[in-house]
Amino acid sequence: MKQALFEERFESRWLAFGKWLARHDAQLRQSIRKRSNESAGGAAAAESLHDEPESLRDALFPDAQFPERYRELCQHLALARDRQYSPELIDRLNQLALAGHHMLYGARSRFGAQIIEYIRSEFPRLVRREWRLLLFASLLLFGPLIVMSVLVPRTPQAAQFFMSPEQMAELRAMYADTAHIVHRQAESDVAAFGFYVWNNISIDFRTFASGLAFGIGTIVVLLFNGLYIGAVQGYLVSIGLGPNLWQFVAGHSALELIAAALSGVAGLRLGLAVIAPGARSRKQALVDAATRAIRILYGAAVMTLMAAFIEAFWSSHRYIPIPGKYAVGIALWIIVILYFALAGRRRSAASARKRVPRMRSAHAT
Amino acid sequence: MPVLVHSHASSGRDIARADPVRAPIGLPSSNKRPEPALHRPPAPLDTIRSIGTPEGIELELRLAGPIARAFARGIDSLLQIAVFVGISVLFGSLGGFGTGVVLVMWFITLWLLPAWFEVHKNGATPGKRAIGLRVVRDDGRPVGWGPALTRNLLWVVDFLPAFFAAGLATMLLSRDFKRLGDLAAGTIVVYAESALVNRAIPEAEPQMPDRPLSLAEQRTILEFAERVRTFTQDRATELAELPTPILNGARGHFATQRLLHLANFLIGRSAGVR
Repeated sequence: MKQALFEERFESRWLAFGKWLARHDAQLRQSIRKRSNESAGGAAAAESLHDEPESLRDALFPDAQFPERYRELCQHLALARDRQYSPELIDRLNQLALAGHHMLYGARSRFGAQIIEYIRSEFPRLVRREWRLLLFASLLLFGPLIVMSVLVPRTPQAAQFFMSPEQMAELRAMYADTAHIVHRQAESDVAAFGFYVWNNISIDFRTFASGLAFGIGTIVVLLFNGLYIGAVQGYLVSIGLGPNLWQFVAGHSALELIAAALSGVAGLRLGLAVIAPGARSRKQALVDAATRAIRILYGAAVMTLMAAFIEAFWSSHRYIPIPGKYAVGIALWIIVILYFALAGRRRSAASARKRVPRMRSAHAT
Repeated sequence: MPVLVHSHASSGRDIARADPVRAPIGLPSSNKRPEPALHRPPAPLDTIRSIGTPEGIELELRLAGPIARAFARGIDSLLQIAVFVGISVLFGSLGGFGTGVVLVMWFITLWLLPAWFEVHKNGATPGKRAIGLRVVRDDGRPVGWGPALTRNLLWVVDFLPAFFAAGLATMLLSRDFKRLGDLAAGTIVVYAESALVNRAIPEAEPQMPDRPLSLAEQRTILEFAERVRTFTQDRATELAELPTPILNGARGHFATQRLLHLANFLIGRSAGVR
C-alpha cells in the first residue's frame, strides 16, 4: 500500500485518537492546536479539512474502546516503519502512540487508601526490614550523643570543639531563664514552627541525599548531629541547667531523634547500593534502593513534621506542668518504639502478596 | 494508484504482514547493487532512545542534553527565588505568624513543588515546560511521587561541589544524560514535542523515475522533499543538483522540482486528484 492511500484510509482514525486524548489531557490539547496551526499553510490542512466531518463522527468513541484503538495505532506505526513511509508520518504516529502509552500505562493510584496502608503496616515493615542499618545509624547518632553528654560535664573544654564561646553564652542565657523561652506569644509559636519545618526536615532530606556519596555524607551528618546535641546537653548539665533542657525537649525528642536516624537509614541504603550492588548492575541496585529508601524518608519527614508541631506548640509552654511534659515525652518514646516493633506484623493474604521482594544481596555486613 | 508499480499488488489485505512496497520499484533484479544494510531503517541517532512497549512496538523519545536542561534549571531557580521574595514581602510584615508561614512556604517551594509539578503537570516544572522538556521513567511512563521526589531531593548531591558539577559530570558520563538524581530515580528527561514541524511534502505532479530506485535513494528523495521548506532556495538547488543520474538533466530550480515530482510519486499521490 502506498503511503498516500494508507494516510487516506486511516487519517480519520488517527484524528479521532488524537481528539480522544485531547479531551483527556489539557496539555496535549494545546500541542495539537499548535501543530495544526503550524501546518495550516501546508497540505495537511487540506487533508484534515477534507476529513473533518468523518472524523467528527468518529471522534466520540467510548472510553472502553481506548485500549483497542491504541493497539490499532501501534500496529499502524509498526507498519509505517516497516514500509519505510516518510519520516514525517512515522514521527506523527510515534507522537500519538507515545501520548496513548502515557494515558494507558500512567494510571493514577488511589492516594488515600495508600496512605492508610502506609501508616498501618508498610512504614514499620520497611523500617524493620532495615534493622541492621537502623542499628548502625542509631549508633552513629546516639553513640556520640551519649559519650559527649557524659564527657563534657567532666571535661568542659570538650564542648569548645563544637561551640564558640558566644554560642555557649547564648545557650546559657536561653535556658537559664525559662521564662524567656517559655513566655512566647502565640504568633511566635507559628514562627518557631515554620523554622523547625524549614530547618529540620531540610536536614532530613540532606541526610538522605548525601548518602549517595558512598554513604559518607550520611555518616558525617549523623555523627556531627550526635556530637553536637551531646555537647549542648553536656554543657547545659555542667552548668546545672540540665532539667531546663530536658523539660523542653522531652515532648518532641522521640519523634525528632528517631526520624533523624531513619533519614540516616534511607541515606545509608543509597550508599550501600553504590558500594555493594550485589548481583545486579550498580544502576539497577541504586534504583531499587532509592525506591525503598524514599518510602522510609516519607515517614521520617512526617515524623519530623509532627516533632516540629510538638516543639513549637507544646514543648515551650509554661502552663503545662513539668511532670506532664516528662510523662508525654516518655509515653511518646514508648509509643514510637512499640509502633516500629509491632505495627503491621499481622499480615493479611492481600498485603502479603504486595510485599516487595527482599533485597538480600545488598547487605554488606 | 499508478499502474506498473509492483507485482505484489498487496491491496492491504493482510496489513500485519510486512509489505514489500518500498522494495525497489520496477522490474525485478534490474537493481544491480545489492544493499542488504539499507533494507533496515538507519540506526537512530544517539540521543534518541527507543522504549519497547507491551504492544511489541518501539516508541522513540528524544533525550535532552545538559544545555537545554541547564536553561530549564535556570528558569526554575529564578522562579523559585521570585517566589521566595514574593512570599517574604507578602507575609513578612505579619510578625511572628508571617515568619512561620514564610518558612513553611519556602520549604514547600524548595523541596516539594518541583516534584508536584512533575507528577501532576505532565512531568514538567515551569522551566522544563518553557524549554519543552518533560521527565518520564526509563520505560517511558509518567513519573509518580516516588521517582519525582527522589530526583528532586537528590539535587543536593548533584549540586556538589558547586553549581551542579557532579550532576553535569554524571550526565556526560551516562548514556542517557542522567544526573545522579535521575540515576537513583530511574528517570530520563526528554523533549516533549517532536523536532519535526510542518514537514509535509509539497504537492507536485507525480513523475515516475526512469529507472528503478534503490531503497536508500527513495529515502533520500523523501527526506529532501520533507525538508525542502526549511532550506533557502539556493541551498535547496545546491542539494537537488547532486543526484545527477535521476534528474534527466534538470538544473537549478528544475532540479528541485524534479525531486518533488519524484517524491510525490514515491508516496503514491496520484495525478490530478487534489
